[in-house]
Amino acid sequence: MTVATTNTATASGQKLDVGKQRRARITGAVMIGLALLVLLVLGVDGGEQATFRLSRPTDTWVLPDLVVPAGPFNYVAATVLAFLGARQFLQGGVRWTSLSLGFGLAILVMAFLVWATAGKAFSLTGMLQATMVRAVPIALGGLAGVLCERVAVVNIAIEGMLLAGAFTGALMGSLLGGWGGLVAAVAVGGAFGFFLAALVVTFRMDQIIAGVVINLFVLGLTSYVSSQVFADLRHLNNAPVFRAWKIPVLSDIPVIGPMLFYQNIFVYGALILVAIATYYLFHTRSGLRARAVGEHPRAADTLGVNVYRTRYIHVTLGGMVAGFGGAWFTLGSVGRFDENMTGGRGFIGLAAMIFGRWHPVGALAAALVFGFADSLQQKLALLRTPIPSEFLAMSPYIATIIVVAGLVGKARPPAADGKPYVKE
Amino acid sequence: MDVELRGITKRFGPVVANDGVNLTIRGGEVLGLLGENGAGKSTMMNILSGLYRPDEGEILVNGKAVVFEGPGDGISAGIGMVHQHFMLVPVFTVAENVVLGVEPTGRLDYLDLKTAREQVREINDEYGLEVDPDALIENLPVGIQQRVEILKVLFRSADVLILDEPTAVLTPQEVDEFFEIVKSLRDAGKAIVFITHKLHEILEISDRISVLRGGRITGEGDPKTVTTEELAEMMVGRPVSFEVDKTPSQPGESMLEVRDLVVLRDNDEIAVDHLSLNVRSGEVVGIAGVQGNGQSALVEAITGLTRPVHGEILFQGADITRSSVRARHRMGMAHIPEDRHKSGMISNFTVAENMVLNSYYAPAFSNGPQIDWRRVNQTAAKFCVDFDVRTPSVFLRAGNLSGGNQQKMVVARELERETRLVIAAQPTRGLDVGSIEYIHERLIASRDEGDGVLIVSSELDEIMGLSDRILVMFEGRIVAEFDASKGPVDRNAVGLAMAGAAA
Repeated sequence: MTVATTNTATASGQKLDVGKQRRARITGAVMIGLALLVLLVLGVDGGEQATFRLSRPTDTWVLPDLVVPAGPFNYVAATVLAFLGARQFLQGGVRWTSLSLGFGLAILVMAFLVWATAGKAFSLTGMLQATMVRAVPIALGGLAGVLCERVAVVNIAIEGMLLAGAFTGALMGSLLGGWGGLVAAVAVGGAFGFFLAALVVTFRMDQIIAGVVINLFVLGLTSYVSSQVFADLRHLNNAPVFRAWKIPVLSDIPVIGPMLFYQNIFVYGALILVAIATYYLFHTRSGLRARAVGEHPRAADTLGVNVYRTRYIHVTLGGMVAGFGGAWFTLGSVGRFDENMTGGRGFIGLAAMIFGRWHPVGALAAALVFGFADSLQQKLALLRTPIPSEFLAMSPYIATIIVVAGLVGKARPPAADGKPYVKE
Repeated sequence: MDVELRGITKRFGPVVANDGVNLTIRGGEVLGLLGENGAGKSTMMNILSGLYRPDEGEILVNGKAVVFEGPGDGISAGIGMVHQHFMLVPVFTVAENVVLGVEPTGRLDYLDLKTAREQVREINDEYGLEVDPDALIENLPVGIQQRVEILKVLFRSADVLILDEPTAVLTPQEVDEFFEIVKSLRDAGKAIVFITHKLHEILEISDRISVLRGGRITGEGDPKTVTTEELAEMMVGRPVSFEVDKTPSQPGESMLEVRDLVVLRDNDEIAVDHLSLNVRSGEVVGIAGVQGNGQSALVEAITGLTRPVHGEILFQGADITRSSVRARHRMGMAHIPEDRHKSGMISNFTVAENMVLNSYYAPAFSNGPQIDWRRVNQTAAKFCVDFDVRTPSVFLRAGNLSGGNQQKMVVARELERETRLVIAAQPTRGLDVGSIEYIHERLIASRDEGDGVLIVSSELDEIMGLSDRILVMFEGRIVAEFDASKGPVDRNAVGLAMAGAAA
């Protein structure tokens, strides 16, 4: 028997290599391409300097500006990228493929920033703070997706739930004040979650269609009310906005202080919810059962776990999280509702969930990447780069396509994802 | 603990799955429950585990009548079931799977995996199961996964263990180890119900045997005195011969030649690893091996469903490595797929439609774009008669046929034409003895007409009975070859090769 086991070990090791090697080669080729891009397009000649502000004049501790010579920096960046790419390509470097790619992309973004900032000044602190803010609805959408898909319900309706939360937040916030609006938004999100669960769990409706139906319903209803009712009764669409709370001491940490500790309750809420969800899913009894329902509902059922109830609970919870995220658009930012103001953030949230491999922390990290691209796009418009900002706005989606198409390695959804469960 | 079933009857619509079944299960004893597929074994055990409620009759646990309302009730009464298809979450660890549903917890619903691991280790040591509680299920071989299922049942302090076809997925060596575990459980006072249709296994392990046919108990036997012939007759209802009648093979020219073939799975792992083989006209070549060692990928490559990444496939000397599936069909290749529901038939089509799935386009059935349904129906009716497909009409939905008749329909479609090479994957899986005999006869008949026949099966008995040459496949390679024409093959040697010992 010993002979057999050792055989198995070596053979399966070899088997894995074929696929990994191919992926490493593709990755290597892509990175060499990126190196050329940096060299030929972003390689600025002349001695221009890029200035990055690391703190604001009002900060307790003021850090000196970071000044980078643009041309040399990008030549170095191109060299590093080319080296990493060549290593992947030639060695078929089986190890560290994902890490090299991530590192390479980070270098690419830095090179791009340096190029765009050459000869100008740019506030890094401000952009990080904006990144966090813009990541919030995406992270909450992604977290809602994680909660639903971990119990194998595909929730396309997150977009609609965000929109419903935004609308309810504005309306009830105007009538009852900020906290009242927030509670109402969460409740309405939860109600839509429960409705989705009823459609797909009890009536076994196709999950994608049920989600699309909810999205269209919410879009139609809120657009109607905002154009017909809010136009005349403006006081119904004038909610207070939650201001940022400054956490003493911590918010004075240079660079990341304002990003993490000088924000409104939506940012703190998102961070806390991600932490709670992580603990819940991976360290509690209920979390284990929920994941079992998503992976192998029949097994869970034979062990006495109520599959239907578990799905109802988690999809409703997901809806509540999305409702909270939706309230960010109105109560956390502008205080009034506009037609379709979520603008597809719910779908990006789903992409963040996949990018983050169905893990709350992963979804948050992915949301930060998308939020970064979002705020970068806005700041670059100010820097007047030759690239139209619309193209920059596309970058998160391009990143999504690359990631979801599996360049970084196959992300594996819960095994029963999207499948209705029929008891025998 | 003793359990008694009295007069259990269960109906599904007009079908009577169990008809007045009486059965006694006693602690410290292995009860062998023998029956063909569809005899009502699984229904009865699902009643015992609480999944179904009987229409009539009662269940007595230690002499007291009990009523089970749901799947949890059987296990809380101490009756645990090890399903034929494992109920394990592949991405969870052994410990997580074992405690699921009855988890040890701390404050804040905290999942106490440390305690869980210790508890699993204790049971491990008590019964000599030797399973690592931290291993991920998906990384474990099936034999170990089965032990995890047993662990799950023991963890819930079951005294009665129902094992449903437990050896179907095991190699002969794993079966031996498994029997040791069953014996240690029995000696610890557990009551074991061992469900199977394999006669030699039931004789080896059981203390008592009950035979089920058509929903009724048709016989009981003492394993010390009863013979396999007697058991088979009780199970099938008539005398059965286990020998496949066949004359010595007369191999002719090469029909199929596979050279240095490499096939990848979807996830880029190597399924077939530089494999070469050949099948000559007039011989049956059997490929033995535990499922998942690349047999499916090999068959898919030969029949054109997957493209190999390396190597070549020759059919009657012509290179068909890149030929289309239809081209291979036309050259006379017949393919009986391993899973008839997935790739052998369309359940929602009628029998007639299914019969022409591979030939509807031929001039015999088509006028340009139009199908000549009269001809199709007539031909299908003839096929049904020729191949003993028992159906009231060719217009019946194929999904409504019994498994045996569905498979005979697939076999009829594939063999009722000029064939030169027959590829049969798991041709008799899950069928009744009558259908198995019939399909085996047909495969031998094809051989005797001069076809090359390649059979892939995980049932070693089937391979041993039919093949003129036996190849053993392990991890994508042929690791052993046995020539059956020169005298009987050593069953044990084949089993060892299946476990990879010869590699």
